[in-house]
Amino acid sequence: MYAQLVETGAKKVPTLAEMTPEEQAFQAKIDAGIKIEAKDWMPEGYRKTLVRQISQHAHSEIVGQLPEGNWITRAPSLKRKSILLAKVQDEGGHGLYLYSAAETLGVSREQMVDDLHAGKARYSSIFNYPTLTWADMGAIGWLVDGAAIINQIPLCRCSFGPYARAMVRICKEESFHQRQGYDIMISLMRGTAAQQAMAQDALNRWWWPSLMMFGPSDAESINSAQSAQWGIKLFSNDELRQKMVDQTVPQAEHLGLRIPDPDLKWNEERGHYDFGAIERDEFYSVLKGNGPCNKERLATRVKAHEDGAWFRDALMAHAEKRAARAGKAA
Amino acid sequence: MQAASNASKMIYLLRLGDSALVLSQRISELCGKGPALEEDLALANTALDLLGQARLWLSYAGEIEGDGRDEDALAFLRSDREFHNLLIVEQLNGNYAGTIMRQFLFDAWHTLALAQLTQSSDPRICEIAQKSQKEVTYHLRRSSDLIVRMGDGTEVSHALTQAALDQLWPFTGEMFTGDAIDEEMTAAGVGFDPAQLKQTWQTYIDQVFTVATLQLPRQDAWMQKGGKQGVHSEHLSYLLAEMQVLHRAHPGAKW
Ligand SMILES: [Fe+2]
Ligand SMILES: [Fe+2]
Repeated sequence: MYAQLVETGAKKVPTLAEMTPEEQAFQAKIDAGIKIEAKDWMPEGYRKTLVRQISQHAHSEIVGQLPEGNWITRAPSLKRKSILLAKVQDEGGHGLYLYSAAETLGVSREQMVDDLHAGKARYSSIFNYPTLTWADMGAIGWLVDGAAIINQIPLCRCSFGPYARAMVRICKEESFHQRQGYDIMISLMRGTAAQQAMAQDALNRWWWPSLMMFGPSDAESINSAQSAQWGIKLFSNDELRQKMVDQTVPQAEHLGLRIPDPDLKWNEERGHYDFGAIERDEFYSVLKGNGPCNKERLATRVKAHEDGAWFRDALMAHAEKRAARAGKAA
Repeated sequence: MQAASNASKMIYLLRLGDSALVLSQRISELCGKGPALEEDLALANTALDLLGQARLWLSYAGEIEGDGRDEDALAFLRSDREFHNLLIVEQLNGNYAGTIMRQFLFDAWHTLALAQLTQSSDPRICEIAQKSQKEVTYHLRRSSDLIVRMGDGTEVSHALTQAALDQLWPFTGEMFTGDAIDEEMTAAGVGFDPAQLKQTWQTYIDQVFTVATLQLPRQDAWMQKGGKQGVHSEHLSYLLAEMQVLHRAHPGAKW
């Protein structure tokens, strides 16, 4: 989701017998639910996978500011403007905690940001869709933050301490985000015909991309099995997606909105909704950079970074001057 | 002491509210586009504080007017000629030196103005000023610090910061120029004489610019005016067009 398709480097998930004594001790800690801390020994694959996962997650928070930032200046009331500004600011804050969590694994924020700008690191495919109307602010809060919560609540229990703790903090704010999104949808549905149509149109456009946030079916994926063994992926993509659908359908009904899926049906026997399959071609093509806004989003981030270079240099230069003066004074 | 007329008091409140609103809107344009993540967070924070202040001023302005206009009616349904903000806040973001210099020159005035308003004979104005003062004290601390870092940073940052100061300087005069409404508010004990703030403001910015190794522009430079009276630069109409477009497209809708 915020971290989709995370490579683990594993060709095959090792059995206990195939592990070195260090790896066995490490696995025993994970199995016992003891958190791994940054200074503890860990397999190189675990470290690298976590760096990839946490940095993807951080990049998603940062790039994710843009689609909603697009409507702050046009929000239709001052109250909504204020709530949206606060929400987007939270997302920046999430990026900051997550970069810090990843930095405990020995990679610098600068390196992670450079990888993002060079197109080497991923961020969630969802942020490559355009926000065309105000109702998209409702749909994003409701569905995208909703999906984020479903994915991240389990991660509060993941094996890596700094990531788990960052998630606890972040999840509290995400639930506020989801509520404000749902609240926008409620207001629109209580409003004029034009507002209601705007809400339905937003759901039509955001429904499938939101389900794609959970990634492709990964029942057979070695990466997922490896991440599961390491305690950094606790449910399969399909389980999480099912949860999303089961949770969201009644909310849509309550709002009076139609979910754009002809195959959607309650399955009494399973106790879950059946629903259509995500379009894998679209998912992979957005992930590969061909979404409607991939180039624009990345270009905006790169431009901000490049335009800001002189400013960051100035802060460094000033700090050095200060240190030199303090040295002389001492 | 003479009681202030409601019409004048409303304009007086709009001046305060509109300056906060327009600056908040300008800063919001930078959302997710600042030079560093920490700056993005701080910019959003400043925009949020100013927006909160604007809502308090505008709501009160609407109450004083007594025609049932709320904060949104005043923010979204007035044209640029009916806005009473200072010219400096509507100036474009420019590069980041311009953004921060505009903030600094305004913050230094804003803290002094709010301190005066905490002494207002109008308890509601006192209350809003007190709440805002805490936030704005922090804004000024931050913008002063950045002016020093950029001014006394690299050659490039120094040149950009100096250029921003030179460019924005003509918009500072208006902050200290009173008119009939200021006089009426001062006489009624509601407001203050803006000219009185000049010396303290000047002393403060001089100190910061000295540490920042920046050159103060000529004291007798020509100063722009008109914002407080509703005569703006060309920029404001575009800013409002963006801010108001959705609200105006759906008359009477609730959001
Ligand atoms: Fe977030
Ligand atoms: Fe969020």
